[in-house]
Amino acid sequence: MNPLKCDYCDKPAVVHEVTVKNGQKNEVHLCEEHAQEAGVALPSHQPLNELLSKFVISQTSRAKATPKKPCPTCGMTYRRFRQTGNLGCPDCYQAFEEQLAPLIQRAQNGADHHRGKTPRRAGASDDRQLQIRQLVRELDEAVADEKYERAAQLRDRLRGFDPQSPGSKAVVKPDNEPHQSES
Amino acid sequence: MTMEFAAHCPWLSDDGPDTDVVMSCRVRLARNLARFPFVSRADEAQRKELCNIARQVVLSSNLAEGVIWVDLNHATARDRQLLVERHLISKNLAEADIPRAVAVSGDETLSVMVNEEDHLRMQLLAPGLRLVELVERINVVDDAIEAKVDYAFSPRWGYLTACPTNLGTGIRLSVMMHLPALKLTSEIDRVRRAAKDLHLAVRGYYGEGSESAGDFYQISNQVTLGSSEQDLLREFDQRVLPRIIEYEQHARRMLVDDNATLLDDRIHRALGTLRSARLLGAEEAMKLLSRLRLGVHLGRLPDLDITAINRLLLQVQPAHLQTYVAADLNSEQLREARATLMRQTLQ
Repeated sequence: MNPLKCDYCDKPAVVHEVTVKNGQKNEVHLCEEHAQEAGVALPSHQPLNELLSKFVISQTSRAKATPKKPCPTCGMTYRRFRQTGNLGCPDCYQAFEEQLAPLIQRAQNGADHHRGKTPRRAGASDDRQLQIRQLVRELDEAVADEKYERAAQLRDRLRGFDPQSPGSKAVVKPDNEPHQSES
Repeated sequence: MTMEFAAHCPWLSDDGPDTDVVMSCRVRLARNLARFPFVSRADEAQRKELCNIARQVVLSSNLAEGVIWVDLNHATARDRQLLVERHLISKNLAEADIPRAVAVSGDETLSVMVNEEDHLRMQLLAPGLRLVELVERINVVDDAIEAKVDYAFSPRWGYLTACPTNLGTGIRLSVMMHLPALKLTSEIDRVRRAAKDLHLAVRGYYGEGSESAGDFYQISNQVTLGSSEQDLLREFDQRVLPRIIEYEQHARRMLVDDNATLLDDRIHRALGTLRSARLLGAEEAMKLLSRLRLGVHLGRLPDLDITAINRLLLQVQPAHLQTYVAADLNSEQLREARATLMRQTLQ
Protein backbone atom coordinates (compact mmCIF):
# COMPACT_ATOMS: atom_id res chain seq x y z
CA MET A 1 0.00 0.00 0.00
CA ASN A 2 1.33 3.44 -0.88
CA PRO A 3 1.95 5.72 2.09
CA LEU A 4 -0.61 8.48 2.48
CA LYS A 5 0.43 11.84 1.11
CA CYS A 6 0.28 15.14 2.96
CA ASP A 7 -2.93 17.13 2.42
CA TYR A 8 -0.88 20.15 1.38
CA CYS A 9 1.98 18.68 -0.68
CA ASP A 10 3.23 15.43 -2.20
CA LYS A 11 5.46 14.40 0.68
CA PRO A 12 4.50 11.34 2.75
CA ALA A 13 2.27 12.16 5.69
CA VAL A 14 3.70 11.47 9.14
CA VAL A 15 0.85 12.87 11.22
CA HIS A 16 -2.60 11.36 10.86
CA GLU A 17 -5.63 12.66 12.65
CA VAL A 18 -9.11 11.19 12.35
CA THR A 19 -12.03 12.87 14.06
CA VAL A 20 -15.67 11.88 13.99
CA LYS A 21 -18.20 14.57 14.64
CA ASN A 22 -21.94 14.28 14.14
CA GLY A 23 -21.32 11.03 12.32
CA GLN A 24 -19.01 12.74 9.81
CA LYS A 25 -15.50 11.36 9.58
CA ASN A 26 -12.78 13.93 9.01
CA GLU A 27 -9.21 12.96 8.23
CA VAL A 28 -6.12 15.15 8.28
CA HIS A 29 -2.77 13.88 7.00
CA LEU A 30 0.32 16.08 7.23
CA CYS A 31 3.98 15.75 6.32
CA GLU A 32 6.59 16.67 8.91
CA GLU A 33 6.99 20.18 7.53
CA HIS A 34 3.30 21.03 7.40
CA ALA A 35 2.68 19.32 10.73
CA GLN A 36 5.36 21.49 12.30
CA GLU A 37 3.79 24.51 10.67
CA ALA A 38 0.50 23.52 12.29
CA GLY A 39 2.35 22.98 15.56
CA VAL A 40 1.58 19.28 15.93
CA ALA A 41 4.84 17.52 15.11
CA LEU A 42 7.74 18.67 17.17
CA PRO A 43 11.01 17.01 18.19
CA SER A 44 10.28 13.94 20.31
CA HIS A 45 12.00 15.32 23.44
CA GLN A 46 9.52 18.20 23.56
CA PRO A 47 7.45 17.82 26.75
CA LEU A 48 3.96 16.68 25.88
CA ASN A 49 2.23 19.51 27.67
CA GLU A 50 4.18 22.11 25.69
CA LEU A 51 3.26 20.24 22.57
CA LEU A 52 -0.35 20.28 23.68
CA SER A 53 -0.30 24.01 24.40
CA LYS A 54 1.05 24.62 20.92
CA PHE A 55 -1.51 22.23 19.57
CA VAL A 56 -4.26 24.15 21.36
CA ILE A 57 -2.96 27.41 19.96
CA SER A 58 -2.58 26.08 16.44
CA GLN A 59 -5.96 24.39 16.44
CA THR A 60 -7.69 27.68 17.10
CA SER A 61 -6.53 28.93 13.73
CA ARG A 62 -8.38 26.10 12.06
CA ALA A 63 -11.42 26.49 14.29
CA LYS A 64 -14.49 28.53 13.50
CA ALA A 65 -14.16 32.19 12.58
CA THR A 66 -12.36 34.15 15.28
CA PRO A 67 -14.88 36.07 17.39
CA LYS A 68 -14.20 39.80 17.28
CA LYS A 69 -16.01 40.60 20.51
CA PRO A 70 -13.89 40.39 23.65
CA CYS A 71 -15.08 38.55 26.76
CA PRO A 72 -17.69 40.88 28.33
CA THR A 73 -16.34 40.20 31.82
CA CYS A 74 -12.57 40.57 31.50
CA GLY A 75 -12.04 42.09 28.04
CA MET A 76 -9.86 39.17 26.92
CA THR A 77 -9.84 38.69 23.15
CA TYR A 78 -9.81 35.35 21.42
CA ARG A 79 -6.77 36.49 19.46
CA ARG A 80 -4.87 37.05 22.70
CA PHE A 81 -5.86 33.58 23.94
CA ARG A 82 -4.44 32.16 20.72
CA GLN A 83 -1.14 33.87 21.45
CA THR A 84 -0.81 32.83 25.09
CA GLY A 85 -2.82 29.62 25.47
CA ASN A 86 -4.40 31.01 28.65
CA LEU A 87 -7.92 32.39 29.03
CA GLY A 88 -8.62 35.61 30.91
CA CYS A 89 -11.37 34.62 33.33
CA PRO A 90 -13.90 31.84 34.02
CA ASP A 91 -16.49 33.62 31.84
CA CYS A 92 -14.20 33.35 28.78
CA TYR A 93 -15.31 29.71 28.51
CA GLN A 94 -18.84 30.94 27.84
CA ALA A 95 -17.82 33.91 25.69
CA PHE A 96 -15.71 31.78 23.34
CA GLU A 97 -17.53 28.46 23.80
CA GLU A 98 -18.18 27.85 20.13
CA GLN A 99 -14.50 28.18 19.21
CA LEU A 100 -13.18 26.54 22.35
CA ALA A 101 -15.31 23.39 22.27
CA PRO A 102 -13.58 21.69 19.31
CA LEU A 103 -10.09 22.52 20.50
CA ILE A 104 -10.82 21.35 24.05
CA GLN A 105 -12.04 18.10 22.57
CA ARG A 106 -8.80 17.71 20.66
CA ALA A 107 -6.63 18.55 23.65
CA GLN A 108 -8.67 16.30 25.97
CA ASN A 109 -8.71 13.15 23.85
CA GLY A 110 -12.23 13.74 22.54
CA ALA A 111 -13.88 14.58 25.88
CA ASP A 112 -16.26 17.52 25.92
CA HIS A 113 -18.06 17.12 29.25
CA HIS A 114 -17.02 17.08 32.85
CA ARG A 115 -17.76 13.84 34.65
CA GLY A 116 -15.93 14.36 37.90
CA LYS A 117 -16.42 16.07 41.20
CA THR A 118 -18.89 18.92 41.61
CA PRO A 119 -18.35 21.59 44.24
CA ARG A 120 -21.00 21.37 46.92
CA ARG A 121 -21.41 25.12 47.22
CA ALA A 122 -21.90 25.59 43.51
CA GLY A 123 -23.95 22.44 43.21
CA ALA A 124 -25.90 23.13 46.43
CA SER A 125 -26.91 19.57 47.13
CA ASP A 126 -25.99 16.04 46.26
CA ASP A 127 -29.35 15.70 44.51
CA ARG A 128 -28.43 18.53 42.27
CA GLN A 129 -25.08 16.94 41.48
CA LEU A 130 -26.79 13.68 40.64
CA GLN A 131 -29.23 15.49 38.38
CA ILE A 132 -26.38 17.25 36.60
CA ARG A 133 -24.48 14.01 36.09
CA GLN A 134 -27.61 12.32 34.85
CA LEU A 135 -28.24 15.13 32.38
CA VAL A 136 -24.66 15.02 31.14
CA ARG A 137 -24.94 11.28 30.66
CA GLU A 138 -28.22 11.63 28.78
CA LEU A 139 -26.73 14.39 26.65
CA ASP A 140 -23.80 12.15 25.71
CA GLU A 141 -26.18 9.39 24.75
CA ALA A 142 -28.40 11.73 22.74
CA VAL A 143 -25.38 13.01 20.79
CA ALA A 144 -24.08 9.48 20.24
CA ASP A 145 -27.52 8.47 18.94
CA GLU A 146 -27.68 11.63 16.80
CA LYS A 147 -30.88 12.77 18.56
CA TYR A 148 -30.01 16.42 18.22
CA GLU A 149 -33.35 17.88 19.24
CA ARG A 150 -33.22 15.95 22.49
CA ALA A 151 -29.56 16.97 22.92
CA ALA A 152 -30.45 20.65 22.53
CA GLN A 153 -33.17 20.33 25.19
CA LEU A 154 -30.75 18.64 27.57
CA ARG A 155 -28.11 21.27 26.90
CA ASP A 156 -30.57 24.03 27.74
CA ARG A 157 -31.50 22.30 30.97
CA LEU A 158 -27.84 21.93 31.87
CA ARG A 159 -27.29 25.62 31.25
CA GLY A 160 -29.91 26.27 33.87
CA PHE A 161 -27.52 24.72 36.39
CA ASP A 162 -24.55 26.84 35.43
CA PRO A 163 -23.45 28.84 38.47
CA GLN A 164 -21.39 31.03 36.13
CA SER A 165 -24.47 32.59 34.57
CA PRO A 166 -25.79 35.17 37.01
CA GLY A 167 -29.47 34.98 37.79
CA SER A 168 -29.85 31.60 36.20
CA LYS A 169 -31.96 29.13 38.09
CA ALA A 170 -32.19 25.43 37.86
CA VAL A 171 -35.04 24.56 35.60
CA VAL A 172 -34.96 20.86 36.17
CA LYS A 173 -38.35 19.36 36.73
CA PRO A 174 -38.97 15.88 37.95
CA ASP A 175 -38.17 13.68 35.03
CA ASN A 176 -40.62 10.92 34.35
CA GLU A 177 -38.38 9.19 31.93
CA PRO A 178 -36.64 6.09 33.20
CA HIS A 179 -33.15 6.87 34.43
CA GLN A 180 -30.16 4.67 34.40
CA SER A 181 -28.98 4.03 37.89
CA GLU A 182 -25.96 6.01 38.99
CA SER A 183 -22.98 3.71 39.08
CA MET B 1 12.16 34.45 56.75
CA THR B 2 13.39 31.46 58.62
CA MET B 3 12.68 28.28 56.83
CA GLU B 4 13.59 25.31 58.86
CA PHE B 5 14.11 22.33 56.71
CA ALA B 6 14.52 19.32 58.87
CA ALA B 7 15.36 16.01 57.29
CA HIS B 8 11.74 14.96 56.88
CA CYS B 9 11.26 15.60 53.20
CA PRO B 10 8.52 13.00 52.67
CA TRP B 11 9.85 11.33 49.57
CA LEU B 12 13.32 10.74 51.03
CA SER B 13 12.13 7.77 53.02
CA ASP B 14 11.96 4.39 51.40
CA ASP B 15 8.75 3.68 53.24
CA GLY B 16 6.12 3.04 50.59
CA PRO B 17 4.92 0.53 48.03
CA ASP B 18 7.17 -0.03 44.99
CA THR B 19 9.81 2.49 46.12
CA ASP B 20 12.43 0.55 44.16
CA VAL B 21 10.89 2.02 40.99
CA VAL B 22 8.50 4.74 42.16
CA MET B 23 10.48 7.20 44.22
CA SER B 24 7.50 9.39 45.01
CA CYS B 25 3.99 10.17 43.90
CA ARG B 26 2.03 13.40 43.77
CA VAL B 27 -1.56 14.52 43.28
CA ARG B 28 -2.28 18.09 42.27
CA LEU B 29 -5.58 19.96 41.89
CA ALA B 30 -5.96 23.21 39.96
CA ARG B 31 -8.68 25.51 41.27
CA ASN B 32 -9.76 29.08 40.60
CA LEU B 33 -12.02 31.38 42.54
CA ALA B 34 -15.24 32.57 40.93
CA ARG B 35 -15.59 36.30 40.19
CA PHE B 36 -11.83 36.84 39.75
CA PRO B 37 -9.91 36.94 36.48
CA PHE B 38 -7.34 34.16 36.06
CA VAL B 39 -3.89 35.06 37.41
CA SER B 40 -2.35 36.23 34.14
CA ARG B 41 -5.27 38.64 33.54
CA ALA B 42 -5.66 39.84 37.14
CA ASP B 43 -4.21 43.20 38.18
CA GLU B 44 -1.81 43.72 41.08
CA ALA B 45 -4.61 44.52 43.56
CA GLN B 46 -6.59 41.42 42.59
CA ARG B 47 -3.50 39.22 42.87
CA LYS B 48 -2.85 40.61 46.35
CA GLU B 49 -6.47 40.05 47.29
CA LEU B 50 -6.23 36.46 46.07
CA CYS B 51 -3.15 35.94 48.29
CA ASN B 52 -5.02 37.43 51.27
CA ILE B 53 -8.10 35.28 50.72
CA ALA B 54 -5.99 32.15 50.27
CA ARG B 55 -3.97 32.93 53.40
CA GLN B 56 -7.08 33.39 55.48
CA VAL B 57 -8.78 30.27 54.11
CA VAL B 58 -5.75 27.98 54.26
CA LEU B 59 -4.64 29.00 57.74
CA SER B 60 -8.14 28.76 59.20
CA SER B 61 -9.07 25.41 57.67
CA ASN B 62 -6.95 22.99 59.67
CA LEU B 63 -5.75 21.33 56.47
CA ALA B 64 -2.75 19.66 58.08
CA GLU B 65 -0.44 19.88 61.08
CA GLY B 66 1.91 22.85 61.34
CA VAL B 67 1.04 24.66 58.12
CA ILE B 68 3.36 27.59 57.44
CA TRP B 69 2.64 30.44 55.06
CA VAL B 70 5.51 31.60 52.86
CA ASP B 71 5.12 34.98 51.14
CA LEU B 72 7.36 34.29 48.16
CA ASN B 73 7.81 38.01 47.44
CA HIS B 74 9.67 38.32 50.72
CA ALA B 75 11.58 35.05 50.41
CA THR B 76 15.19 35.03 49.24
CA ALA B 77 16.06 33.54 45.87
CA ARG B 78 17.78 30.66 47.66
CA ASP B 79 14.74 29.88 49.81
CA ARG B 80 12.56 29.87 46.72
CA GLN B 81 15.02 27.53 45.01
CA LEU B 82 15.00 25.27 48.10
CA LEU B 83 11.24 24.96 47.73
CA VAL B 84 11.63 24.06 44.03
CA GLU B 85 14.26 21.44 44.84
CA ARG B 86 11.91 19.92 47.42
CA HIS B 87 9.13 19.85 44.79
CA LEU B 88 6.94 22.12 46.93
CA ILE B 89 6.62 24.91 44.36
CA SER B 90 7.11 25.08 40.60
CA LYS B 91 9.97 26.84 38.86
CA ASN B 92 7.42 29.24 37.37
CA LEU B 93 6.14 30.28 40.77
CA ALA B 94 9.68 30.70 42.12
CA GLU B 95 10.68 32.96 39.24
CA ALA B 96 7.44 34.95 38.81
CA ASP B 97 7.36 38.65 39.60
CA ILE B 98 3.84 39.01 41.01
CA PRO B 99 2.23 38.70 44.47
CA ARG B 100 2.41 34.97 45.19
CA ALA B 101 2.71 32.56 48.09
CA VAL B 102 2.78 28.96 49.18
CA ALA B 103 1.42 27.17 52.23
CA VAL B 104 3.41 24.11 53.31
CA SER B 105 2.42 21.57 55.96
CA GLY B 106 4.87 20.72 58.76
CA ASP B 107 5.62 17.31 57.28
CA GLU B 108 5.98 18.82 53.78
CA THR B 109 3.45 16.45 52.28
CA LEU B 110 0.95 19.21 51.47
CA SER B 111 1.59 22.45 49.63
CA VAL B 112 -0.85 25.01 48.29
CA MET B 113 0.58 27.37 45.68
CA VAL B 114 -1.19 30.69 45.25
CA ASN B 115 -1.10 32.65 41.98
CA GLU B 116 0.71 30.07 39.90
CA GLU B 117 -1.03 29.67 36.51
CA ASP B 118 -4.25 29.09 38.49
CA HIS B 119 -5.32 30.82 41.70
CA LEU B 120 -4.76 27.67 43.74
CA ARG B 121 -2.64 24.64 43.00
CA MET B 122 -2.81 22.20 45.90
CA GLN B 123 -0.65 19.11 45.99
CA LEU B 124 0.17 16.14 48.18
CA LEU B 125 3.42 14.19 47.99
CA ALA B 126 4.30 10.75 49.35
CA PRO B 127 7.08 8.19 48.92
CA GLY B 128 6.34 5.18 46.75
CA LEU B 129 3.10 4.51 44.95
CA ARG B 130 0.25 5.70 47.18
CA LEU B 131 -1.94 7.60 44.76
CA VAL B 132 -5.19 6.13 46.09
CA GLU B 133 -4.47 7.49 49.55
CA LEU B 134 -3.35 10.87 48.17
CA VAL B 135 -6.46 11.30 46.02
CA GLU B 136 -8.62 10.68 49.10
CA ARG B 137 -6.64 13.17 51.15
CA ILE B 138 -6.54 15.92 48.51
CA ASN B 139 -10.31 15.58 48.18
CA VAL B 140 -10.66 16.39 51.88
CA VAL B 141 -8.33 19.39 51.51
CA ASP B 142 -10.31 20.57 48.49
CA ASP B 143 -13.63 20.24 50.38
CA ALA B 144 -12.26 22.21 53.32
CA ILE B 145 -11.17 25.08 51.05
CA GLU B 146 -14.35 24.93 49.02
CA ALA B 147 -16.40 25.33 52.20
CA LYS B 148 -15.04 28.88 52.41
CA VAL B 149 -14.73 30.07 48.81
CA ASP B 150 -16.70 29.77 45.59
CA TYR B 151 -14.79 27.92 42.92
CA ALA B 152 -15.12 28.78 39.23
CA PHE B 153 -17.07 25.82 37.92
CA SER B 154 -19.36 25.00 35.03
CA PRO B 155 -21.44 21.83 34.73
CA ARG B 156 -20.21 21.26 31.19
CA TRP B 157 -16.53 22.02 31.65
CA GLY B 158 -16.07 21.25 35.34
CA TYR B 159 -13.47 23.24 37.30
CA LEU B 160 -12.48 26.13 35.08
CA THR B 161 -8.75 26.61 34.65
CA ALA B 162 -6.63 29.25 32.94
CA CYS B 163 -5.41 26.75 30.36
CA PRO B 164 -7.96 24.33 28.86
CA THR B 165 -5.43 21.49 29.20
CA ASN B 166 -6.22 21.37 32.96
CA LEU B 167 -9.98 21.72 32.60
CA GLY B 168 -12.59 19.45 34.19
CA THR B 169 -11.23 17.65 37.21
CA GLY B 170 -8.13 19.85 37.33
CA ILE B 171 -6.34 16.77 38.62
CA ARG B 172 -2.80 15.79 37.78
CA LEU B 173 -1.57 12.43 39.04
CA SER B 174 2.15 12.01 38.77
CA VAL B 175 4.92 9.69 39.81
CA MET B 176 8.68 10.16 39.95
CA MET B 177 9.95 6.94 38.48
CA HIS B 178 13.50 5.65 38.69
CA LEU B 179 14.09 3.69 35.49
CA PRO B 180 17.85 2.99 35.33
CA ALA B 181 17.56 -0.55 33.93
CA LEU B 182 15.29 0.56 31.09
CA LYS B 183 17.83 3.30 30.37
CA LEU B 184 20.79 0.92 30.48
CA THR B 185 19.05 -1.53 28.16
CA SER B 186 17.93 1.31 25.82
CA GLU B 187 14.27 0.40 26.33
CA ILE B 188 13.34 3.82 27.69
CA ASP B 189 12.28 5.19 24.31
CA ARG B 190 9.68 2.43 24.06
CA VAL B 191 8.26 3.58 27.39
CA ARG B 192 8.19 7.16 26.13
CA ARG B 193 6.35 6.14 22.97
CA ALA B 194 3.89 3.96 24.89
CA ALA B 195 3.29 6.77 27.38
CA LYS B 196 2.55 9.16 24.54
CA ASP B 197 0.03 6.74 23.07
CA LEU B 198 -1.64 6.50 26.48
CA HIS B 199 -1.92 10.32 26.71
CA LEU B 200 0.64 10.57 29.47
CA ALA B 201 3.27 13.25 29.84
CA VAL B 202 6.88 12.23 30.47
CA ARG B 203 8.97 14.99 31.98
CA GLY B 204 12.27 15.45 33.74
CA TYR B 205 13.14 15.71 37.40
CA TYR B 206 11.67 19.17 37.88
CA GLY B 207 8.55 18.71 35.81
CA GLU B 208 7.54 20.98 32.98
CA GLY B 209 10.36 21.83 30.61
CA SER B 210 13.06 19.95 32.52
CA GLU B 211 15.26 17.18 31.19
CA SER B 212 15.47 13.81 32.86
CA ALA B 213 18.41 13.64 35.23
CA GLY B 214 19.81 10.48 36.77
CA ASP B 215 17.26 8.26 35.04
CA PHE B 216 14.38 9.89 36.94
CA TYR B 217 11.23 10.49 34.95
CA GLN B 218 8.07 12.23 36.04
CA ILE B 219 5.06 10.57 34.43
CA SER B 220 1.59 12.10 34.68
CA ASN B 221 -1.89 12.00 33.18
CA GLN B 222 -2.50 14.53 30.43
CA VAL B 223 -6.26 14.25 30.03
CA THR B 224 -8.25 15.94 32.82
CA LEU B 225 -11.74 16.18 31.28
CA GLY B 226 -14.36 13.55 30.53
CA SER B 227 -13.53 11.01 33.25
CA SER B 228 -14.14 11.11 36.97
CA GLU B 229 -11.20 11.48 39.35
CA GLN B 230 -11.67 7.83 40.36
CA ASP B 231 -11.65 6.62 36.75
CA LEU B 232 -8.50 8.63 35.96
CA LEU B 233 -6.90 7.23 39.11
CA ARG B 234 -7.89 3.65 38.30
CA GLU B 235 -6.53 3.87 34.78
CA PHE B 236 -3.22 5.42 35.87
CA ASP B 237 -2.66 3.57 39.14
CA GLN B 238 -3.94 0.13 38.25
CA ARG B 239 -3.46 -0.20 34.51
CA VAL B 240 -0.61 2.03 33.36
CA LEU B 241 1.86 2.22 36.24
CA PRO B 242 2.02 -1.50 37.15
CA ARG B 243 3.05 -2.19 33.56
CA ILE B 244 5.90 0.31 33.63
CA ILE B 245 7.00 -0.90 37.08
CA GLU B 246 6.98 -4.51 35.90
CA TYR B 247 8.88 -3.53 32.76
CA GLU B 248 11.64 -1.89 34.81
CA GLN B 249 11.76 -4.77 37.30
CA HIS B 250 11.99 -7.23 34.42
CA ALA B 251 14.86 -5.24 32.88
CA ARG B 252 16.61 -5.29 36.27
CA ARG B 253 16.22 -9.07 36.55
CA MET B 254 17.60 -9.48 33.05
CA LEU B 255 20.62 -7.38 33.94
CA VAL B 256 21.30 -9.47 37.03
CA ASP B 257 20.77 -12.78 35.22
CA ASP B 258 22.50 -12.06 31.93
CA ASN B 259 24.87 -9.21 32.55
CA ALA B 260 25.82 -9.15 36.22
CA THR B 261 29.43 -8.18 35.54
CA LEU B 262 28.45 -5.20 33.42
CA LEU B 263 25.89 -4.19 36.05
CA ASP B 264 28.38 -4.43 38.92
CA ASP B 265 30.96 -2.57 36.86
CA ARG B 266 28.56 0.35 36.35
CA ILE B 267 27.52 0.41 39.99
CA HIS B 268 31.02 0.20 41.44
CA ARG B 269 32.47 2.69 38.97
CA ALA B 270 29.77 5.10 40.12
CA LEU B 271 30.67 4.50 43.75
CA GLY B 272 34.37 4.85 42.97
CA THR B 273 33.87 8.16 41.22
CA LEU B 274 31.66 9.55 43.98
CA ARG B 275 34.20 8.52 46.62
CA SER B 276 37.14 10.03 44.75
CA ALA B 277 36.02 13.00 42.65
CA ARG B 278 37.15 16.50 43.59
CA LEU B 279 34.69 18.31 41.32
CA LEU B 280 31.16 17.16 40.54
CA GLY B 281 28.38 18.73 38.46
CA ALA B 282 24.78 18.25 39.61
CA GLU B 283 23.86 16.23 36.56
CA GLU B 284 26.84 13.90 36.86
CA ALA B 285 26.20 13.45 40.58
CA MET B 286 22.56 12.51 39.94
CA LYS B 287 23.54 10.04 37.23
CA LEU B 288 26.05 8.35 39.55
CA LEU B 289 23.66 8.37 42.52
CA SER B 290 21.05 6.80 40.27
CA ARG B 291 23.43 3.86 39.71
CA LEU B 292 23.97 3.53 43.47
CA ARG B 293 20.21 3.55 44.04
CA LEU B 294 19.89 0.73 41.52
CA GLY B 295 22.76 -1.14 43.19
CA VAL B 296 21.21 -0.88 46.66
CA HIS B 297 17.78 -2.02 45.47
CA LEU B 298 19.35 -5.01 43.72
CA GLY B 299 21.32 -5.94 46.82
CA ARG B 300 24.66 -5.26 45.14
CA LEU B 301 25.72 -2.60 47.68
CA PRO B 302 24.70 -4.05 51.07
CA ASP B 303 26.65 -1.47 53.07
CA LEU B 304 24.81 1.54 51.69
CA ASP B 305 21.55 2.90 53.02
CA ILE B 306 18.88 3.86 50.50
CA THR B 307 17.63 6.78 52.58
CA ALA B 308 21.13 8.26 52.59
CA ILE B 309 21.24 8.03 48.79
CA ASN B 310 17.80 9.60 48.45
CA ARG B 311 18.95 12.40 50.75
CA LEU B 312 22.09 12.95 48.65
CA LEU B 313 19.91 13.26 45.55
CA LEU B 314 18.34 16.27 47.26
CA GLN B 315 21.53 17.63 48.81
CA VAL B 316 23.43 17.81 45.51
CA GLN B 317 20.99 20.47 44.27
CA PRO B 318 22.46 24.00 44.33
CA ALA B 319 20.24 25.64 46.96
CA HIS B 320 20.48 22.68 49.33
CA LEU B 321 24.24 22.52 48.90
CA GLN B 322 24.61 26.24 49.66
CA THR B 323 22.36 25.92 52.70
CA TYR B 324 24.39 22.91 53.87
CA VAL B 325 27.69 24.81 53.71
CA ALA B 326 26.01 28.07 54.79
CA ALA B 327 27.56 30.14 52.00
CA ASP B 328 26.80 31.53 48.57
CA LEU B 329 28.81 29.55 46.05
CA ASN B 330 29.63 30.11 42.38
CA SER B 331 29.33 27.18 40.00
CA GLU B 332 32.95 26.05 40.42
CA GLN B 333 32.66 26.20 44.21
CA LEU B 334 29.39 24.27 43.98
CA ARG B 335 31.13 21.49 42.05
CA GLU B 336 33.83 21.30 44.70
CA ALA B 337 31.36 21.37 47.62
CA ARG B 338 29.28 18.65 45.94
CA ALA B 339 32.31 16.36 45.55
CA THR B 340 33.34 17.00 49.17
CA LEU B 341 29.85 16.14 50.43
CA MET B 342 29.92 12.88 48.47
CA ARG B 343 33.34 11.84 49.80
CA GLN B 344 32.31 12.63 53.37
CA THR B 345 29.00 10.76 53.12
CA LEU B 346 30.05 7.71 51.12
CA GLN B 347 33.37 6.79 52.81
